[in-house]
Amino acid sequence: MTASRFRAGDPVRVRRAFPPGHIRTPIYIRGASGVIERDCGDCINAEERAFGRPGLPGLPLYRVRFRQHEIWPDYAGPAGDSIEIELYANWLEPA
Amino acid sequence: MATVPSDDVPELARGIHDMGGLPGGAVDRHEHAVTLWEKRVDALLVLLTRKGVFSVDELRNAIERLGAEAYTSLSYYERWTASIAWNLMQRGVIQADELGKRMAEIEAEGRQ
Repeated sequence: MTASRFRAGDPVRVRRAFPPGHIRTPIYIRGASGVIERDCGDCINAEERAFGRPGLPGLPLYRVRFRQHEIWPDYAGPAGDSIEIELYANWLEPA
Repeated sequence: MATVPSDDVPELARGIHDMGGLPGGAVDRHEHAVTLWEKRVDALLVLLTRKGVFSVDELRNAIERLGAEAYTSLSYYERWTASIAWNLMQRGVIQADELGKRMAEIEAEGRQ
């Protein structure tokens, strides 16, 4: 699988897709835009390994930062609040 | 503005475990003393995954597929137990009738 390699600070969008299977990307973040916080390196593909397959080669995993106000319509916290989620590269595209 | 409005998600896409953003009620913050059987289940999972019988990702996958009723009524380690049993059957380590027979024997002995 070819996936874009991102660097800290890169804007990304989470794929808005709903495939069946074991998915590590929560529903509420699909389609959202964020910024790469860090590259966590290549990790075993848990979405594959969940079905007894090796999950190799690993996929780049990224910690992505999102603004809470952009995720939740009625968010009442400070404007600078963020949420960080670790997401596999196959779920991310350049924004 | 929500990026993903809740009414815009395909009906079957959200697993029972994927509850981010849904009303969840109060969080139970009571400490729970881990019982002996829970420790045994934990130890069993460590053994099975370290020996490569199945992975923690397969454990999670089977837990997500328990169905809403079982998922919400079982405790944390009960979910593990159900998933471990399912995975062991998938791998051919145990058979369903063998497991049922043993469970009936243990119940007859009055053991926990």
